[in-house]
Amino acid sequence: MPSQRTGPPASAEPIDPDTGLSASPRRREPRLPHYTVLGVIAVGGALGAVARYGASRLWPAGTDGFPWATLTVNAVGCLVIGVFLVVVSEVFSAHRLLRPFFATGVLGGFTTFSTYCVDIVRLVDSGRAGPALAYLAATLVAAMAAVSAGAWSTRRVVAKWGER
Amino acid sequence: MSDILLVALGGAVGAPLRYLTDRAVQSRHDTVFPWGTFTANVVGSLILGVLTGAALAGAAGHTLQVLLGTGLCGALTTYSTFSYETLRLAETGARFFAVANIAASVVAGLGAAFAGFAVAQSLFG
Repeated sequence: MPSQRTGPPASAEPIDPDTGLSASPRRREPRLPHYTVLGVIAVGGALGAVARYGASRLWPAGTDGFPWATLTVNAVGCLVIGVFLVVVSEVFSAHRLLRPFFATGVLGGFTTFSTYCVDIVRLVDSGRAGPALAYLAATLVAAMAAVSAGAWSTRRVVAKWGER
Repeated sequence: MSDILLVALGGAVGAPLRYLTDRAVQSRHDTVFPWGTFTANVVGSLILGVLTGAALAGAAGHTLQVLLGTGLCGALTTYSTFSYETLRLAETGARFFAVANIAASVVAGLGAAFAGFAVAQSLFG
């Protein structure tokens, strides 16, 4: 919705990437059939979940039980969503199914908040409160750093291209 | 059924469920706070807490853990959308909501996971 742009480029991106409700007055474009959107999210979710499962099999928690695989998966997913959502919001008008498929489906299925929480419960339950606290903080810091780095660096590249 | 298929099946249900939860919750309030993702993350953490407690007590087998835990709960919850929404809140001047989103999500998610874990262990243990 370019006509609504008033602020810096970042204002084109909604807060909620799934619905975009907070950025646009409840979307005017004709809706795609609901089941089509749900279908591509399901396919994306399956792919993302399998990729996360693969990462956890390749990189099982070490003898100290520190969940490196989940931490890495979450940080990578945050980096990619930062890049992806800036690209589809500001660079090209992507097909309307690309965002639900990739952001809501693949990346949503790839990253996980429940495993993050239960990893902490497991660490605390086994008497490792220190590593639990470290994991809690490290994931938050890594995720926020990754999504910021992804979005900011992509906007920089986009702005440079725009100057040419 | 192989583990990969179970994870895919769970993921194929969990991700659309998160989308539907997000839409349902977001259409019912007018604040900038991302209650939709928050709800999906807390509910998923509660279910995974119960499942993990039940598994440690020997009441939930491998198939259930892979299907519902890795697949469904993993895809129902999300870190990428959570972090992106937090970033957008901070960037649009809603710094308080950004910090509140992090604090509330971690406290509620952990609380739900601990509660589910404890209840399942006392029920099945």
